Amino acid sequence: MHGTRPIIWAAVVIALAARLNAQAPPQSGQYDRAQVAAGGILYGQCVACHGPNGDQIPNVDLRRGQFPTVVSDADLVRLLAAGKPASGMPSFSVLRTDEVTALVAYIRSGFDAMGAAMKIGDPARGQTLFSGKGGCATCHRVNGAGTYTATDLSEIGLMRKPASLERALTDPAGSIIPANRSVRAVTRDGRTIRGRRLNEDYYTVQLIDEQSRLVSLTKADLRSFEVVQASSMPSYATTLTADERADLIGYLLSLKGR
Amino acid sequence: MKKLTKLFAGLLLIAASYRLDAQVTSDRILRAADEPQNWLTYNGGYMSQRYSLLKQIDTSNVKNLELKWMVQNQVFGPWETSPLVVDGVMYLTQRPNDVIALDAKTGRMFWLYRYTNSGRQTVCCGAESRGVAMLGDRLFMGTLDAHLVAIDAKNGKPLWNVKVADDEFAYSITVSPLVVKDKVIIGVGGAEYGIRGFIAAYDAKTGREAWRFYTIPGKGEPGIETWSGDAHEHGGGSIWVTGSYDPTLNLTYWGVGNPGPDYNPDQRKGDNLYTDSVVALDADTGKLKWHYQFTPNDPYDYDSVQVPVLADLMWKGSMTKAMLFANRNGNFYVLDRENGRFLSGVPFVKVNWMSGWDEGGRPILTPQPPGISTYPGNQGGTNWYSPSYSPRTGLFYVSAWENYGSIYRKENTPYQAGRRFNGGGFQVTAPNPDAPGMRRYPINDWTDAVGHGAVIAIDPKTGQSKWKFQMYDVTDGGILTTAGDVLFTGNREGYFHALDARTGAVLWKAALGGAVMSAPVTYSIDGKQYVIVNSGNVMATFALRE
Repeated sequence: MHGTRPIIWAAVVIALAARLNAQAPPQSGQYDRAQVAAGGILYGQCVACHGPNGDQIPNVDLRRGQFPTVVSDADLVRLLAAGKPASGMPSFSVLRTDEVTALVAYIRSGFDAMGAAMKIGDPARGQTLFSGKGGCATCHRVNGAGTYTATDLSEIGLMRKPASLERALTDPAGSIIPANRSVRAVTRDGRTIRGRRLNEDYYTVQLIDEQSRLVSLTKADLRSFEVVQASSMPSYATTLTADERADLIGYLLSLKGR
Repeated sequence: MKKLTKLFAGLLLIAASYRLDAQVTSDRILRAADEPQNWLTYNGGYMSQRYSLLKQIDTSNVKNLELKWMVQNQVFGPWETSPLVVDGVMYLTQRPNDVIALDAKTGRMFWLYRYTNSGRQTVCCGAESRGVAMLGDRLFMGTLDAHLVAIDAKNGKPLWNVKVADDEFAYSITVSPLVVKDKVIIGVGGAEYGIRGFIAAYDAKTGREAWRFYTIPGKGEPGIETWSGDAHEHGGGSIWVTGSYDPTLNLTYWGVGNPGPDYNPDQRKGDNLYTDSVVALDADTGKLKWHYQFTPNDPYDYDSVQVPVLADLMWKGSMTKAMLFANRNGNFYVLDRENGRFLSGVPFVKVNWMSGWDEGGRPILTPQPPGISTYPGNQGGTNWYSPSYSPRTGLFYVSAWENYGSIYRKENTPYQAGRRFNGGGFQVTAPNPDAPGMRRYPINDWTDAVGHGAVIAIDPKTGQSKWKFQMYDVTDGGILTTAGDVLFTGNREGYFHALDARTGAVLWKAALGGAVMSAPVTYSIDGKQYVIVNSGNVMATFALRE
């Protein structure tokens, strides 16, 4: 019993200190690499619950900045101090203020402590490329405009790092997430259905077809069913210059939902 | 008069269906198989076969199952509890340490006991309680803050509460205890935080500790030579899945968890006994009779807490007291449970961390170079999910993860009290770097490109698979088999399946929609067989249509 009171006080002090600290934003608007690296080591305390990619808890994706309640860095600091007992998250009030800052830095870096320092171009020029020369909008959708053929990119800036966007532009087939692959099904009566996979289990598959209809198929009712390994997206390795791709990446990174 | 007779007959019927004296004697647990209407231990009996003699539901009529009642868990998170059913009353736990008693026929609750944890409790992998044990009219539950609590089964009031270990050092209890004779046997978790694991027995009446066996030897004890320096002080060796008991040998068997730090074997050179082992302890004294280590100096987190399933088999011409053990490391083992002798080992999924065994049953290690995938991956070829053995089919059934690997990295992690003690990490092998590492959503963004689940029926005599039921997603569902030759299991896709235990054919399924994270249980009341499964936050109960 005697041991608990100092711990509570320590937690309060740390929480207060952390709150004060969080109210003073880093001067550059960015955490430095040393903080990110330190956070990467501290993340070892989070990995068993949140997973190596930070996406192991439903509705939470640390790497991509998705949280049910947290918005600001100060929110993150408060959550670390208090924990979330109802969900089984312990308090991390034992962490020092600089450790808390480092963890936040690592989470905000998208877990990319030593990631490639991609050149990121001009979002406005990138947007012009997106709807013009790149032809991206003929398949993708952003903030309600475009088509449903390929994935909606309205929040892609929260979901991907620059290096991964560059990879997607230059090697779409090699970098497509398996869950997003296209499927091709032939029904018993010979009808062919093509579309982008939304979800799949042992018995059924859900997709959005080429006419933008939401379709659910029971595999046992199909004559054939295949997941198309190729990507219908063209590579931009040669059709766009490196600078143009950098602009496009700048635009994509600016897409953070509404 | 006629009315009175009717009333009397009615009373008799009630007395028959709800025995007024619900005392669970140790003799009853010993003979659990003689009362298949009940489910008296975590895995249904001391052999841990999760096999029931009930056969009202069989391969011909299982298609007529219908939903009878559901219980909605009010606490968010995977539901890993396995209930007990005693004379019509079900006892189960929900997160973090609630105990519920309910009418197993209607699902209506008698009482709910809510244990308040210290607030300091630390668990690596979920605020789970996998269930209670029962003796007399008492229930026993381990808590997240590492206490053991005895509860009055009639009213849900605590009778005694003892501290098993110190939660300030991240000791915790998630395992369902095992009652043997007059003792409650339990173990502690926390290997991810550098604990020194142990199994301990407590007097069921008083809560006084009767014996303790450390899964990590101390200075001067045999096995200490398998640890370099002071590494044994924080060597891990958690206990988080319930063990088994052989009354004729008076041995209790427990699977022991991973060493700490998880991924850096350089910090703990040597075999690291008794991590990743099964230990056989004298049930009266806790003295070690034998051990067998599955994964020496483990860098993969191949926790060996899987259920030691006991079976008496004809082995090369003679009746053998065997132990069947499907390990997280991807191999299926047959051991002689009298002496721990290695009888056979066969991989049931892709395995590349070892290439076979020497004559003594020690694995020949083939560690993969840095950056290359190790199979099975971090969550293992199987994990804590209860397997099942059916003496009728002679087959052992396990929930497996196939084609699933991980790339490990090790780093130096100094021990700090109560802090994570990982020594590195891992990445699930995926076809591209952005593929999700783990799926716990209703939408499947994992896909079979990263691995898939299966129920594999293994013939223990050959180690070979007799049949396989492959799923699209991975599975955390335990397995129940019955004398009706039906195999019940669920999966992450939220399906509850009834398979033909002889062929693996799907006989019936229910789309429950929530991941099944525990094993089904069956019981019977008033001559009606029920089968229950937890899916998401719901416990669903099925029986044959009237």
